[in-house]
Amino acid sequence: MISRRDFCKKSLLVAGGLTIPLSALELFNPARLEAEKTDGKKLRWVFLVDTHKCVGCGFCVKACKTENEVPYDANVTRTWIERYVITKDGKTHIDSPKGGRDGFEDSRIDVGEGTFEEIKNEEINKAFFVPKLCNQCDNPPCVQVCPVGATYQTKDGVVLVDRSWCIGCGYCVMGCPYGVRFFHPVHHVAEKCNFCYHRISQGMQTACVDACPFGARRIGNIRDPNDPVTKVIMTERVNVLKEEYGTTPQVFYLGLTKEVK
Amino acid sequence: MVHGEAWTLKEFFTYPNEYIYWTIQIVMYPFMTGLVAGAFVLSSLYHVFGVTQLKGIARFSLVFSFALLPVAMLPLMLHLQQPQRGIEVMMTPHFTSAIAAFGIVFSTYGMIVASELWFVYRKHFVENALKLREIDDRNLSEHLWHLLYTVLSLGTTDISHEALEADERAVKKLAAAGIPVACFLHGYAGFIFGSVKANALWMTPLMPVIFICSAVVSGIALCILTYIITMEIRKFLAQRRHREHPELPSPDELKSAELHVVTMTTKYLVMFLVAAITLELLDLIFRGYTAMKSWDILRSVIYERDFVNIFVIQYGLGNLLPFIIFLTPGLTIRRALAGTSLVLLGVFMMRWNVVIGGQAFSSSLSGFMHYVLPVWPDSMETYKEGLMGALTVAIVPFCLFYLLNKVMPVFKDTH
Repeated sequence: MISRRDFCKKSLLVAGGLTIPLSALELFNPARLEAEKTDGKKLRWVFLVDTHKCVGCGFCVKACKTENEVPYDANVTRTWIERYVITKDGKTHIDSPKGGRDGFEDSRIDVGEGTFEEIKNEEINKAFFVPKLCNQCDNPPCVQVCPVGATYQTKDGVVLVDRSWCIGCGYCVMGCPYGVRFFHPVHHVAEKCNFCYHRISQGMQTACVDACPFGARRIGNIRDPNDPVTKVIMTERVNVLKEEYGTTPQVFYLGLTKEVK
Repeated sequence: MVHGEAWTLKEFFTYPNEYIYWTIQIVMYPFMTGLVAGAFVLSSLYHVFGVTQLKGIARFSLVFSFALLPVAMLPLMLHLQQPQRGIEVMMTPHFTSAIAAFGIVFSTYGMIVASELWFVYRKHFVENALKLREIDDRNLSEHLWHLLYTVLSLGTTDISHEALEADERAVKKLAAAGIPVACFLHGYAGFIFGSVKANALWMTPLMPVIFICSAVVSGIALCILTYIITMEIRKFLAQRRHREHPELPSPDELKSAELHVVTMTTKYLVMFLVAAITLELLDLIFRGYTAMKSWDILRSVIYERDFVNIFVIQYGLGNLLPFIIFLTPGLTIRRALAGTSLVLLGVFMMRWNVVIGGQAFSSSLSGFMHYVLPVWPDSMETYKEGLMGALTVAIVPFCLFYLLNKVMPVFKDTH
């Protein structure tokens, strides 16, 4: 005959013993594990640029300037297009007049201060366009160096600037290896591309993605395996800019070559 | 117009947003903090290490360091796009940034220098307060002086032998604590540059050490220079007054004292100069030897575009020539004056070549930028970030020193 004391003891033991495998079910919940592996965030904005598709029309620059109210004629821009012309002598000629805003109608290379360099067609080995924008780095040096924390990274990976808090010291401008930052000519604070955060957070595309007639620019969510951008990044040979700085940039390029600066 | 466009000339490929954003004020900032730190280290050589030969200049350099202190902040304020928010660096510091430490380091250092000065001049404050208290019918200026000295004495009037000895001990402790803080203040200015990984010229762990050494050099040089100028003025005044007041030191006495102090101090100057140049050359040689990706463009900046600035003005006029001047036997006041002026020029050019030279090339490593110094301002921006703004910054410490000297006379024996 089991005593009451023994009964209580043993039932506690059984209950305890049962909870261990049951809690293991909870511990090894695959969905949770998957979430934890990817730090639990469901959204991380990334950008995909297909340089093969870019023709240097400059629609993206125009659209960006208008959308984000960066004065149209000011010689600064949140996004720009670079033209690369590699000649047979192995030299790389690069320019980006007005950030490529008006396209590249002049075949001569702009070498600054009103001078241009003529390159004959037969001397050219290859030529292409590379659109640039903020890389929304995973390890953003601009956020690190801001002395007052006026620039910060959102949970979905976009680096933003608080215009009411920036003191305008320019340390972030100096800290960015990609040269995407500048001082806003009207607000006199640090300014940069923010993937049109006001648009993407409302379910829209960025202004430059909308404006690109050739689909060279795409934005997506790297945490969503079914996102077409994610699929391209995961399955094709993509590259990033200036990886050696340890910034972990999140703008991926198709067709990037060693000449690209 | 975009900020930076007024003074930037671009050549070959630079990113569209690249301009010379850090201009002459950012050259002035490390230059001024360097002078602050250097002047303090010079005064500490006497207070802490008991280098008695430097006694004559120790108090002088301490007061001068204090006069320079508020001015170290001035170029930053002139450079900020939103100067009214500058205080936020102190209020809401973001500690992953090197600049965020500014508030803490700067105020700690300020407090140390202020308290050290107080202990050095306490006797002077108390004596004056008591002297003025005895006057029954004080006129307005005497009344104000009395008020000032009473406030400065902070309510203590004990100037007994024991109390003064305790003061000396406190001075020694504060001076000892001040040396690392002064080095930190300036080393961290070097860290601000050295830690910018996006800039190939700036990024080196040697930067803070190079900055500290050249800071001490420039601080000592400026102290000698100002000391000579002040002594010349005193000699001139002594010539006129000596006839009426024979108890005052004669011009000849002043002259021999001056030469002695100057000769002793230049020895320390040369020592720190050797250290500074060694480190700078090490950095240059190392860059050339390792020849990383950025070396191609750095080489064309250092050996071609900035050749005159770096090798002729900085190393030639600013380092080599003063070496010859100081090491040739039989140093005279006039030669010391020329030597220290050249050393100051050399250190200024070193800051210039770091700050402006670091922006002389695009971070695409495919183009160059040239800084056209705005000489005559045509807007607030070209005033602030041009020659006139820099001159303003350079003049202010001397005005402050003049005022401080009224309250804390640097040549009067206190203890």
